[in-house]
Amino acid sequence: MNLVTISGPPSSGKTAVILKAAENLKKRGLKVGAVKFDCLHTDDDLAYEKAGIPVKKGLSGSLCPDHYFVSNIEAVAAWGMEEGFDLLVSESAGLCNRCSPYIKEIKAVCVIDNLSGINTPRKIGPMLRMADIVVITKGDIVSQAEREVFAAGVYAVNPGAVIMHVNGLTGQGAYELSTLLFDERTKLDTLKGKKLRFSMPSALCSYCLGETRIGESYQMGNVRKMDIKNN
Amino acid sequence: MTQREILQQSPQALIEKYPFLSAFFEGQHWMSKLNPEQSLADLFALIDDEHAEDHAFDVQDFINQLMDFIAEMKVFIGNETFQVHQLSILPGTNKSGEPEGFEKLVFEPRTITSIVGPTGSGKSRLLADIEWVAQGDTPTQRRILINEELPDNAWRFSGNRKLVAQLSQNMNFVMDLTVREFLELHAKSRMVTDSGDLIKRIISAANELAGEKFSPDTAITALSGGQSRALMIADTALLSQSPVVLIDEIENAGIDRKKALEILTGEDKIVLMATHDPLLALMADQRIVIKNGGIHRVIKTSAEERTLLSELEQADLKQQQMRTALRSGAVLQRDMYL
Ligand SMILES: Nc1nc2c(ncn2[C@@H]2O[C@H](COP(=O)(O)OP(=O)(O)O)[C@@H](O)[C@H]2O)c(=O)[nH]1
Ligand SMILES: [Mg+2]
Ligand SMILES: [Zn+2]
Ligand SMILES: [Zn+2]
Repeated sequence: MNLVTISGPPSSGKTAVILKAAENLKKRGLKVGAVKFDCLHTDDDLAYEKAGIPVKKGLSGSLCPDHYFVSNIEAVAAWGMEEGFDLLVSESAGLCNRCSPYIKEIKAVCVIDNLSGINTPRKIGPMLRMADIVVITKGDIVSQAEREVFAAGVYAVNPGAVIMHVNGLTGQGAYELSTLLFDERTKLDTLKGKKLRFSMPSALCSYCLGETRIGESYQMGNVRKMDIKNN
Repeated sequence: MTQREILQQSPQALIEKYPFLSAFFEGQHWMSKLNPEQSLADLFALIDDEHAEDHAFDVQDFINQLMDFIAEMKVFIGNETFQVHQLSILPGTNKSGEPEGFEKLVFEPRTITSIVGPTGSGKSRLLADIEWVAQGDTPTQRRILINEELPDNAWRFSGNRKLVAQLSQNMNFVMDLTVREFLELHAKSRMVTDSGDLIKRIISAANELAGEKFSPDTAITALSGGQSRALMIADTALLSQSPVVLIDEIENAGIDRKKALEILTGEDKIVLMATHDPLLALMADQRIVIKNGGIHRVIKTSAEERTLLSELEQADLKQQQMRTALRSGAVLQRDMYL
């Protein structure tokens, strides 16, 4: 089985792009499954089901969605292998730009859209900088010049990545992307022992653990203060 | 430069040497509060574990990316191998697996090829094959050659080089900038330094296309439909990196289409144009007929078609003159317009 992790800001087109790419893989007789990680709510599982793609969903609730991802991806991968998928795609909303849990030796795709603003590539951090493939969507809406400026911004942040333009509505570029997502030679047996590409912040303060009261005396653990005077 | 040499340099010195690095360093959040005049080695020494963790910063990853970036940019800037003198397609098959109806399809700079065929017949696939520089590895099995050779992989994978620029009906400007700021930004992303003259040329070319003139200080989102399209075309002609321009139908309203094509071909572009308007289709040097997912036929525009075109153009002109006359309150007469 191949495993690919796909992340990106909410509404950047992740689901749309995955569905279009999966369509092309299914035409080749390959079996594709999906898992969606999110915080509180998602309807993406319905979209995958409707397209005939077996799907699991994980909602992290009060936990950091990316920490939740790492704690669960191994079991999900095992499910995928049991089901006999050729490709398992994990979609996670990049809610926390810092965490974005990419795993070493597992292909990482970041989806980002042309409408998100010219400074977005610079702001987005490791989720973009550490991806193997960057997919840029919604090029149909903006001008050629804006596409070029945006792609140059992405390139400056992650010069080593494959950068592709995919249209999530028409599927233009999705065939090409699909050829990069699945590689016959890749055979994943287990995720056990694999490592994250970078550590996640150890964000454990009293609020992580359910504290609701505001005030100095309730704050424990990993607490960090703004420097208001010299800000 | 070796890794050792790079470590001795400060970000500022590196940017002076390679101006294209400014965009790269702007994306390096871990540096944002540090002094860019210090050498990288000294900067690294200032970073503690917590700082590194906050920014998911890893020294070796950073150096690798920086070195890759410099190496790639050096390859791109002013490199002959990225000049396209010729693009050609070797045939594949249509949706039924039958071979396509041509031997070798050649596109040269300064020429126009129109693409005709019903929607869904395979126009997007053709475009995608070119963009992906297909090597028999797409559903059509076509192969694309650049300068009669197997193309460099960078055409396919680099975010910085794309073979095809696209102009289509439903494109808008979405940035909140004036025309001048916008063009400066585009020029900067292309590493064009000293873009003042170029920007002037783009604006005057756009104004020639659009009829109603706009100034460099107009917000791009405030341009009329015709003005936006004119600016997009002039910008693509003069500032886009891509040697091939695909136009998806140009509406007749608000812009001089013949001049638009002249500007593009004048800048050495290979122009592909999907259209069913005879006025445009016959302006092309050749046209591709697409059927059932494949290229069915390639037709050189004949002498007779060229004559037809000039008749059509005259009729078109006549209509435009009559429209102008009507607008100004004239009574039309049969022999007024030739
Ligand atoms: N115009 C346009 N819309 C797109 C494109 N890709 C996705 N969308 C739309 O953007 C919205 C968000 O897409 P979705 O895939 O749900 O984003 P996700 O939250 O990242 O999974 C949907 O309405 C899509 O139809 C694209 O390339 N062009
Ligand atoms: Mg989604
Ligand atoms: Zn997080
Ligand atoms: Zn917390």
